[in-house]
Amino acid sequence: MACRPARARAYLAGLVLVWLALVPAAQAEQYLSREDFLAGAFGAASPSVETLWLTADQRAAAEAVVGWAPGGLRTRYWREGERTAWILEHIGKEKPITLGVTVEGDSIVSVAVLAFRESRGWEIRYPFFTEQFDGLSLAGDGKLSGPVDGITGATLSVRAVERMARLALWLDAQVGS
Amino acid sequence: MYRKRSAQALVAMSALLAASANAAAPSAEEMWEIIQRQQAQIEALQAKLAQTEEALVETDVKVEATADLIEQSTLAEGAALSAASWAADTTLGGYAELHYNNLDNDRDGGSDKDQIDLHRFVLFLGHEFSEKTRFYSEFEIEHALVEGGEDSGEVEIEQAFIEHNFGGAQYMKAGLFLMPVGILNETHEPDTFYGTERNSVESRIIPTTWWEGGLAMNGEILPGLSYDAAFTSGLFLDPDEGQWSIRSGRQKVAEAKADDFAYTGRIKYTGVAGLELAATLQYQEDLYQGELDDSIDAILYEAHAVWQAGPFGLRALVASWDIDEGIEQFQTGASKQEGWYIEPSWRVFDKLGLFARYSEWDNQADGGGDTEYSQVDFGVNYWLEENVVFKFDYQIQDAPDGKDQYDGFNLGVGWSF
Repeated sequence: MACRPARARAYLAGLVLVWLALVPAAQAEQYLSREDFLAGAFGAASPSVETLWLTADQRAAAEAVVGWAPGGLRTRYWREGERTAWILEHIGKEKPITLGVTVEGDSIVSVAVLAFRESRGWEIRYPFFTEQFDGLSLAGDGKLSGPVDGITGATLSVRAVERMARLALWLDAQVGS
Repeated sequence: MYRKRSAQALVAMSALLAASANAAAPSAEEMWEIIQRQQAQIEALQAKLAQTEEALVETDVKVEATADLIEQSTLAEGAALSAASWAADTTLGGYAELHYNNLDNDRDGGSDKDQIDLHRFVLFLGHEFSEKTRFYSEFEIEHALVEGGEDSGEVEIEQAFIEHNFGGAQYMKAGLFLMPVGILNETHEPDTFYGTERNSVESRIIPTTWWEGGLAMNGEILPGLSYDAAFTSGLFLDPDEGQWSIRSGRQKVAEAKADDFAYTGRIKYTGVAGLELAATLQYQEDLYQGELDDSIDAILYEAHAVWQAGPFGLRALVASWDIDEGIEQFQTGASKQEGWYIEPSWRVFDKLGLFARYSEWDNQADGGGDTEYSQVDFGVNYWLEENVVFKFDYQIQDAPDGKDQYDGFNLGVGWSF
């Protein structure tokens, strides 16, 4: 072992530099554009852009049911027939997650992560996680009607996605289907 | 006679009605005037309606513009004020846990462990320099009280690093950070695990909480498959004190000896909801940091699985140190230090969970003697809120002959934010 360090460390430093040179080509943090999300939600149909103005009472009700109300005075959404689509943002551990939720008939049609900015927990964008939300609705206690298995080490990100899904269902109920 | 009078009356009435009808019916000219007046009224109303609709549209536009302005000015004000901007880029968090141990020492003459202790009080502080670069730190006080020169509590910086995102899920860390190994080492907020105290395998073998200074990279290789690679300071067992147990080798990056380093790699699979499979390999160049004539290198092997399916959970972990036999000069059997545990759990309902755990660990596993510990734990977690937990568990320990053997219960309350 006496011969170790210097040369091995030089090799390691070289490897690190090669890695640093290569990684900037990696993909961006935005996984899905708004247009692509809406195309997935409505297909060829052209949804109308609508606005839901949240009153103080509605905001309080959202806080009570979901535990969170969106910031701003209004929330924009897209509608085609009974189907609505919502793009929401909520902090995971430290940074906001941008989530698209499509709702029809009081149930979630699909959930898609548009952008994720944390350094851990990016698995939430994959279908094995998001597909668990398909068909879920809002139960009487404000929780989702079915269980969602989490991602180990990404508890706060998973909770943020659940909360946004619940809020989208609650908002859809406010605008009527 | 009667008929004649009736006919006369009828004729008179008809004449009267005809005269009356002629007087009420407007003439054609009058009718035309009425129609024209009504038409003018309709046109006036239509004009007013159009104006109202136009005003309504204008009002909508004004309301939207006002809302835009309010929302934008809120952001602009925040950006304009440096203090507000700094606050928006700075995050604060933390956790704490209070423990009560009521443990009986089964050995004759051995002292019991009856104590209450604010085991950990931790603050996280982070600051985002840009969308790509941030600082993160963890400041901890252990056992509530720190006295100069006394063997009581500790003030520790467990994390203090700069993290840079190269785009997508590719990151680099430089500074002082938690080692990518085990289940609890990186995620140990009290509301995230069962049992009042952390399990002994991840204390005596891994040894959690374990941080080092250096450089690390982590990122995603394939969907659900990620890697960690770290080049860090190493452990140091002081030969003058005859140290040989892995846990006593943590230098905590406090004027740490850096004659020899450590290299760590981890592969983790999280491609199925609720599942984590991970394996870590670490090479320590010399556990005695050049203090001996010959270096004592070591390799740590660790693998674990975490499985959560609805209310049912399972954690299993195995860790083993393969150390140069030169360490045996300090303690027989210390060249192999290893342990494992398995922990099934059941979330009975949202706020209540039950668990059981079986653990074995041995810091002199190469000696062939009676040096192995085993322990059974079982208990309950009650989450008052998502991040506030009360814990109760009972432990039954089987220690080697001549060693303290603790049986009893533990109570705890913990929170994170």
